[in-house]
Amino acid sequence: MMMKGNIGPTGQKIPEPDVLLLSYTGCFTFLKWFETLKREYPNAKVIMVHTPYQENAEMTPEMTEYMVKQFKEEVIPQFEEVTGIKYDEEKLKRHLVLAKQAEDWITKIFETTKHKPSPIDAYFAGVYYIGPINIGFRGTKEAVEYYKELYSEIQERIRLGLGPITPEGEMKEEKYRLVVEGPPNWTSFREFWKIFYDMGAVIVASSYTKVGGVYDMGWRHDASRPLESLAEYCMNCYTNLNIPQRIDLLTKCIEDYDADGYITNSIKSCNSFSAGQLGMMREIEDRLEIPVGFIESDLVDPRYFSYSNIKNRLESFFQMLEQRKSMQTISEK
Amino acid sequence: MKKYYLGIDLGSTTSKAVIINEKDEIIGRGITNTRANYKVAADIAREEATYDARFTLLTQRLQEEIDSKPEFKKYMKDIRSVFQYRQFKRRMDSLRAMLLKTVNEFKYNNKEDIKQALIKILGIIEPQIRNEFVNENLGSKNQFFRDIVSERYNQEVEKADKLVFEPLMLAFDKSITPVENEMVKYNFKELIDESMNVLDEKYKGLLDQPEHGDKEDWYYAELNAVKSNYKNVESTLREHIDQIADEDIHISNMVGTGYGRALLPFPEDCIKSEILCHAFGAHAIFPNTRTVLDIGGQDTKAIQVDSHGLVTSFHMNDRCAAGCGRYLGYIADEFGISLNELGPEALEADKEATICSTCTVFAGAEVKELLHNGEKRPNILAGLHKAIVQRAMSLIARSGGVRNEFTFTGGVARNQAVLKYVKQMVTDSYGELTMNIHTDSIFMGALGGAMFARRNIEVDLPSKKKKK
Repeated sequence: MMMKGNIGPTGQKIPEPDVLLLSYTGCFTFLKWFETLKREYPNAKVIMVHTPYQENAEMTPEMTEYMVKQFKEEVIPQFEEVTGIKYDEEKLKRHLVLAKQAEDWITKIFETTKHKPSPIDAYFAGVYYIGPINIGFRGTKEAVEYYKELYSEIQERIRLGLGPITPEGEMKEEKYRLVVEGPPNWTSFREFWKIFYDMGAVIVASSYTKVGGVYDMGWRHDASRPLESLAEYCMNCYTNLNIPQRIDLLTKCIEDYDADGYITNSIKSCNSFSAGQLGMMREIEDRLEIPVGFIESDLVDPRYFSYSNIKNRLESFFQMLEQRKSMQTISEK
Repeated sequence: MKKYYLGIDLGSTTSKAVIINEKDEIIGRGITNTRANYKVAADIAREEATYDARFTLLTQRLQEEIDSKPEFKKYMKDIRSVFQYRQFKRRMDSLRAMLLKTVNEFKYNNKEDIKQALIKILGIIEPQIRNEFVNENLGSKNQFFRDIVSERYNQEVEKADKLVFEPLMLAFDKSITPVENEMVKYNFKELIDESMNVLDEKYKGLLDQPEHGDKEDWYYAELNAVKSNYKNVESTLREHIDQIADEDIHISNMVGTGYGRALLPFPEDCIKSEILCHAFGAHAIFPNTRTVLDIGGQDTKAIQVDSHGLVTSFHMNDRCAAGCGRYLGYIADEFGISLNELGPEALEADKEATICSTCTVFAGAEVKELLHNGEKRPNILAGLHKAIVQRAMSLIARSGGVRNEFTFTGGVARNQAVLKYVKQMVTDSYGELTMNIHTDSIFMGALGGAMFARRNIEVDLPSKKKKK
């Protein structure tokens, strides 16, 4: 898109950026992206914020201080210089109050999948639901409105006993409830979704909807500590958690949402996700004795999405689930 | 009426069919090479399994005689091989006709020479193959029509005049596929009769032959017994043949599996993933199995199962079939030897050559380079086999490692060199544990399918009745 004049999906040209701001953890891919962007937009100012990993499963005061220092010394002054507008902490606080409200709503929305049948799909549809909060509308009234509206719509679906809406139509029978780890494949998103739809599988929780913030465990933006809160937000994204934290979070999801199985979609282009996925899967399998499946594709490279391969594996996985379910009912009898 | 169940495993390289009875006992197996026409491959495998089932039933009836009298044992072994020859012969006749037709349609100037050369070649290889079936047990080697014919045909074509070489190769390539895809229906009784005639002739001939001293005693014991008693065996056999030939091998239910499963003309609930089928089949033969490794033509599967034979997790190779059965096929082609010779030669190695890549596409380059560096062929082969197993081991590790007991299935499990390295590496990484390999390894998927077919009926029918 960028090479073709940056015309967006609405047919309008996307304006050139004045600032390129990157909050990066350990993954070099992002640094490379921004190096390339800098070549595309030589006039834009590049600001890098380094975000430490939660190496020991915690955000220490020192880590927060380290990030706030970067905000104060790098980000704020450079933004002031580019925009000519002075940093207004009160205005930021007002936005953070709204951000917290949206976060409360989104948490409630993703909790509705505990209901059987689940009224929404928390992976394929979930990526749409996290859109407003992640892209452009964080801390706005509009985001809060959107989530309020979405929530009441979902409540209506629960009241009517309806399942998720998919591109193929409404999900008729919820046969399997799954937790998925890893990003979806964007290039064949619809085919990928359809395989799950055809099998009657609903994703009740996914790690991918937590890349823009993990709110399940109670963390929220806090207007009383604006910059500290922004720092914590950056450090608390899903891919910034260490492996044991991710395992705990996913285990909790599987238990809380009463999932029948766990699937990893391992992708080549994102090490932040893919490193450690096999070990995580083994640990979850051992802890919960739950059927697990492992498929491989990619976010962006269409060559890595082999439809028949993925379908073959998912078919085997679903038949495995089916078999175990029928064995359970036999032994229960 | 007795009930039988069919499992069909339509793999990328071979298609397998297994028929079981109500006790999950295998009574018939059939195997053929998978060709472009999946339906024909499945049908041929099924036909084979049905003949095999009839032989099993026949053997069961004569079990007492076979156990007590050596002439019965020998005769039954011989008749199966000859029976396969008669099947082969029908298709060979068809190939002969097709070859002549193809040559007749050629526009070459030396068409008459080509035709004469062809007739000469067929005149050599036909009796040669007959002899191998009737006297040398070719039937037990599990070779397919295409392989048997092409191996001998190519040998003879190479000896022929340069001017007819190309056209003869072309004629074969053009003729073999339609003949292979032809569904030849045989009559069991007719073939048995023919086979008995062939054997009659064979044993009559034996009466005049003096004994050579180069075989072991039991061989002569069997031979002598059959020489003097074959008429007796024949008449006993005839008592049973009609009944067996007419017996309805009624397939109550069937399940298809393997890569081509979606193309089988089965209803949707009769199609199962090969992962589940392989695990279930392996578990049925070895009930303590917890880890199954299956190396097939184009994929390698590592499967973990629970005590019921149900899959708990699995891993398979992704998008690339490096190090699978097909790779061995290419290697065999590269060396100009048959697939069956690879393993034994690799076992003669004194060390394993280092192999950089198990990529099938680069296999030829890799082999040539090693040969150029003066590496001995057995050592290269040993290295290649080891590399395959190393790949499989990494897949096993990803699926959760090896648990006791470990069962190795799939076509590649027939290769002795692969077996050697699997044993070695599993023991090195996971310690001493029980390792199962069965002569029916290649049929595990089809067996699992047949077993699912039997259970589908048992499990589903009562509940369906309840609903009504």
